[in-house]
Amino acid sequence: MRIVRFLAVMLLFAAVTVTPAAAKDTIKVGALLAVTGPASFLGAPEAKTLEMMTDEINKRGGIMGKKIELIIKDTGASPEKALSFAKQLIEEDKVLAIIGPSTTGETMKIKNLAEEGNTILLSCAAAEVIVNPVAKYVFKTPQNDSFAVIKIFDEMKKMKISKIAVLSSNTGFGQAGKVQIEKLAPEHHIQIVSNEVYDKSATDLTAEVTKAKASGAQALLNWSIEPAQSIVIKNARQIGFKGRIFQSHGFGNIKYVAAAGPAAEGVIFPAGRLLVADVLPANNPQKSVLMSYKRDYERKFKEDASTFGGHAYDAMTILTRAIEKAHSTDSAAVRNAIETLKGVVGTGGIFNFSPQDHNGLSMDSFVMLTVRKGKFAILGN
Amino acid sequence: MNIDLFFQYIVAGVTYGAIYAVVAIGFNIIYNATGIINFAQGEFVMLGGMTAVTLHHFLPLYAAIIAAVVITTAVGGLIEILFIRWLRRPSVLRVIIITIGLSIIIREAAMHIWGEGVRALPYFTGTSVTSVRLGGVFISPQVLWVAGITALMVAALNIFFGHTLTGRQMRACSANQQAARLCGVNAGNMVTLSFMLSAAIGALGGCIVSPITYVQYDSGTPLAIKGFTVAILGGLGNSFAAVAAGLVLGILESFSIWVLPAAYKDVVSISVLLIILFLRPSGIFGSAETARLKEF
Repeated sequence: MRIVRFLAVMLLFAAVTVTPAAAKDTIKVGALLAVTGPASFLGAPEAKTLEMMTDEINKRGGIMGKKIELIIKDTGASPEKALSFAKQLIEEDKVLAIIGPSTTGETMKIKNLAEEGNTILLSCAAAEVIVNPVAKYVFKTPQNDSFAVIKIFDEMKKMKISKIAVLSSNTGFGQAGKVQIEKLAPEHHIQIVSNEVYDKSATDLTAEVTKAKASGAQALLNWSIEPAQSIVIKNARQIGFKGRIFQSHGFGNIKYVAAAGPAAEGVIFPAGRLLVADVLPANNPQKSVLMSYKRDYERKFKEDASTFGGHAYDAMTILTRAIEKAHSTDSAAVRNAIETLKGVVGTGGIFNFSPQDHNGLSMDSFVMLTVRKGKFAILGN
Repeated sequence: MNIDLFFQYIVAGVTYGAIYAVVAIGFNIIYNATGIINFAQGEFVMLGGMTAVTLHHFLPLYAAIIAAVVITTAVGGLIEILFIRWLRRPSVLRVIIITIGLSIIIREAAMHIWGEGVRALPYFTGTSVTSVRLGGVFISPQVLWVAGITALMVAALNIFFGHTLTGRQMRACSANQQAARLCGVNAGNMVTLSFMLSAAIGALGGCIVSPITYVQYDSGTPLAIKGFTVAILGGLGNSFAAVAAGLVLGILESFSIWVLPAAYKDVVSISVLLIILFLRPSGIFGSAETARLKEF
């Protein structure tokens, strides 16, 4: 009996491993996204965007006559899950490329795996460590966090702010941002007078902001992607902190503004132009791409488009352009093609890749935004 | 450290403590009636908050909260009737595992109903930037709401368990179900009632803390962990102890940020829990004698 059961299990395994080989006329694209869990506001719009784009591309007849087969795995923002799903996508599904993961921690966990498996990785996470040092098969679409830090420091200088308190969450994104802030502060003549890390699931941060306020900081800079970034500003205003509050580019989701209510007024943060697409001048090269993505997304899903969904949009755009350019679905050829892509207009900016630059965006891909009457607005306008 | 700063940390600690205590009280009620820990307690808190936020779209705030409490109470009762009542020999371990399973089911269901977004009820008084100023110390009015409602809840529960027939019957079931049955207590109904009561308390707690902490489909678990810590710390089954332990833990955490990096906040609370479990397994305020007689 036991032998029969063993054989049955072996057969099942064999069946699972054999099936993927059958489908040959599709282009397999994997996606590792945090659709649920603490980073779901990144992963959920990313997954929706990819589904929308895949449908559209396949309706048009696919790329070079081949349809895209999208395999989305929900990692729940867990690096361990990302790792095992990545193995599955690379070894069993044999995908051409993986879009995602949504967070830095997950991306760093699977960077080597993608590299060894010769599988293109188009990360939707922001930290610079993903593409610096450059790995052959690893790319990313969000703007570098060092750009965000420099943009913020430039703005602080304009406002004559020199003493700041830094708060960050204990996630890959928070910690990578903290490293950049600490590294870049001295050369921008910014003094960090208080520097605190909090847990990503924190529900109240009154004590943390009390410490920041007591340090005599002129401004508060928070670096996180969780709901905690709304809690920080709320608690800071409640204890009577009067200085400016700066956030990272992780603040680019209007839901956080809604959650923080009036406390969000006047928060300053760098972001891609998607959030202010409506008010961009018509001659801005990104305007048409931004408006069409925003319109399609909002019509289909009845919710506001966010910059995060835009990162997935950019990843898919880059991948399809590279496949067309390489005229091949061989991973090495497509990888080489990505490195030669120039002037690709995306939601995050205009991408100019090179063998040294696997992000392709420049500093001006960011604009400084603020919150005015519960809406995002360009700072200074 | 100046005196204002000192009190500001106290206020932060009271905020944490009140949130923990609200959750801990829910654990205590089911424990009082059945001797088990309901690990779906955090999900009751989440359900209450989520339902109230949804209902608030077409009902005034107080009506939305009342309706959310009623709905969650019904869910609590239903859960007991569907999953626990028909068990022939409901051993403690079995029921605990069932409640863990239920918590996962409720969480997943909530994700499908409400999606992954973060929601919150509006502040009961003022807005997210309003604060009451006492000297150099700032308190959000919502903290006062949480503290006040928690105090009322504890007082009401104390009267219920100490001075009403139903309350005493519930406690009898926990002490010895067989003996309670022989005295004519309908033990099955008492257990259902305890689930409904703790669901109600959890839901109310979820409503009053949601402006501060926000609510999300998975926000129940972290709250439940802290609430459970506080319930153990105070001594299981005692609501006064839960509040006291909640405040002790909240203030400790808040002051830990003053001396240590903020990242060590949870280290402090877990260390306190471990020390208490080693030195006084029955909790700060629990009696060692009674603890020995309990199954769990």
